[in-house]
Amino acid sequence: MNGPAPELLDRRLLFFTGKGGVGKSTMAAATALLASSIGKRVLLVEVDAKGDIPAQFEHSPVGFTPKEIHPGVLAMAMDTEASLQEYLRLNLRVPVIGRIGPLAHALDFVATAAPGVKEILTIGKIAWEVREAIEGRADFDLVVVDAAATGHIVAQLGAADSIRDLVDVGPLRSQTQWVSDILADPAITAVNVVTTPEEMPVAETIELVERIRNEVHVPLGTVIVNRVLPELFTRADEETFEALRAAKPSALLAARVGPGITDVLDAARLAVSLRRTGATHLEQLRQSVDLPLLYVPYLFVRAHGLRVTRMVADALGAELGL
Amino acid sequence: MSARRRGDREGDGGRAVTLEQLLAAKEIVVFCGSGGVGKTSVAAAAALGATVHLGGKVLVLTIDPARRLATALGLEGLGNRAVRVPPEVLKASGIEPRGELWAAMLDTKQSWDDLVLRHAPDEETAYRILENRLYTNLTARFVQSHDYIAMERLFEIHATGEYDLIVIDTPPTRNAIDFLDAPARMADFFGSRLLRWLTLPYRVGGKRGTRVLNVASRPFYQIADRILGSQFLKDIAEFFLNFQSMYEGFVTRAKAVERLLHDKRTTFAVVTTLEAAPLHEAERFCATLISRDFHLGALVLNKTLPDSLRDQEGAAAATACIDEAGSLADALVDPEDPALADRDRVARVLRTVGESYRNFSVVAMREAELRAELARVPDVVARIPTFADDISDIAGLDAICQYLFSGSSPGPTP
Repeated sequence: MNGPAPELLDRRLLFFTGKGGVGKSTMAAATALLASSIGKRVLLVEVDAKGDIPAQFEHSPVGFTPKEIHPGVLAMAMDTEASLQEYLRLNLRVPVIGRIGPLAHALDFVATAAPGVKEILTIGKIAWEVREAIEGRADFDLVVVDAAATGHIVAQLGAADSIRDLVDVGPLRSQTQWVSDILADPAITAVNVVTTPEEMPVAETIELVERIRNEVHVPLGTVIVNRVLPELFTRADEETFEALRAAKPSALLAARVGPGITDVLDAARLAVSLRRTGATHLEQLRQSVDLPLLYVPYLFVRAHGLRVTRMVADALGAELGL
Repeated sequence: MSARRRGDREGDGGRAVTLEQLLAAKEIVVFCGSGGVGKTSVAAAAALGATVHLGGKVLVLTIDPARRLATALGLEGLGNRAVRVPPEVLKASGIEPRGELWAAMLDTKQSWDDLVLRHAPDEETAYRILENRLYTNLTARFVQSHDYIAMERLFEIHATGEYDLIVIDTPPTRNAIDFLDAPARMADFFGSRLLRWLTLPYRVGGKRGTRVLNVASRPFYQIADRILGSQFLKDIAEFFLNFQSMYEGFVTRAKAVERLLHDKRTTFAVVTTLEAAPLHEAERFCATLISRDFHLGALVLNKTLPDSLRDQEGAAAATACIDEAGSLADALVDPEDPALADRDRVARVLRTVGESYRNFSVVAMREAELRAELARVPDVVARIPTFADDISDIAGLDAICQYLFSGSSPGPTP
């Protein structure tokens, strides 16, 4: 339980999900960077096209067509309309000559009417790219997906199955089977849940792991805990720290280093308390989830961008035992 | 805290300058922001504050509270029913409210069912819809239905006139602004030509195929058939045929909901942390609210680090703790006190303390820079510090309240 997972990068399809705000995109980007650093070529797929993924590489936003944003890392933004066009072109030989407009409206409509249609276009496109990679037709080995948040991911992962529940016959039924097969294969696919040591993200992670196990046939990979604060003191050191906060030592310190010492000691107190609150949530997570846990430290840095992505990639690499 | 009452408006031409004044002037406050910024706690704290400072009957409608907070508010397993937070619970935390604090949670499925029962032309149609497998899918899995149903519930509760103030927490959406479009999207959807188009062949019975499948619609059906299979298409059509019987009611209602969001009595409060991604989302959201003529009432900066992490005296002391750890430890060492008896340990702790201050200082500087970049800021800006413990009880909400209602602005930029 909770052991390392060095084989994670040997899969072909890695999803990253989690509660909003925990750093899903950063983990997806860092994993791609890590994989590229050990010689793999990676396709990074951004599902909720917000442009967060290219930003992690300090690159301008990308479109539906994969583009190399870093040596060994290609990126694309999911677009269900483009995905539909591609599907029609490849599968139905429907001549799509520019005017997809009415059809796109129809798609919007059907997607609203029949939940799962939009999801299947997303998941279908992803599975398609994975199959291309496995069969050697793509110029990448691994597909990393910055996937939907916890609220939506189960519907996305289960789209192919739920379509088959609803549709009794027809091409859609047969054409979703292979998607399900790719997603269900533990040698190919892993869903990774990103969290932070906070109450709600941990609660959602525990719930999501349960739901994925019970509701969809997609193997789980790891749980990545982001923004873990450092433990400042051993137990003995903490007693010393508390002793320094007493009247006499702190007066002596103030005389030597100035009145700012109060702020310094208070800040350390806050750091200790924050770490402790986080630790109780981590303990809850460890007890409730029997998946490898990877820890990424809180980064005390000014900016975002490639440098941070690289720091996170290094931390992940160390956790994976690479 | 009940002793702390703020004065009335300070000759500012009637504009709200504190959250208290804002809440006093409005009937609905919609708290929004991206995931993980602490919207739910801030909304609940604002409702508690209104109960304490303004009185009246205040409802907080929450979407997805943390379990312990839900328990603290007495909300476990209650679905759509509003419950009053017992005055004893508030008193136990030293709060003497002038008014009543009520809380309710959003039950999406129940709300949809209620909506169908209300708008269906007859009970038989209502139950045909409720039992349809597409309907179950639609309400249980279709995440975006959250957006609409939250606003719909808000309208419903407001229409009862039971509360002086309703504070609502918005559902987690991919984009914080999605729910603003929800009523219009709902109306569009039920009024869409496509919906009519799709259901038409099944509606005209005997004449189908002759009048309906004209030149324009034929290719669509052919493609749809090939993608979806004709039986599925027929299922969808039949479902929507039933659903369409509710068209009038739905559209009228969706438009009323939209009007309410634009109403003078409604205001929006944007919550964000001082991290790049949530803050940019918050800025986009403020801009959207303004450009679309919604009332942007307040910006709440949550989980911020204290200013003491950015002062020069602190930085100087931290540097001294690191650079002079050894000599400081010599002076501090105390053989009588076991915790201070070991010189090396004292020196190590001093270095750690200094380095930790510097680390957090970097983050505090980053926060200050982001705060300075905030372009569109409403009149009321509240700033809430990071609390070491989770906000999971009334006392925690009260602590947030102290900052929400203090009316302090975030202060000048560094």
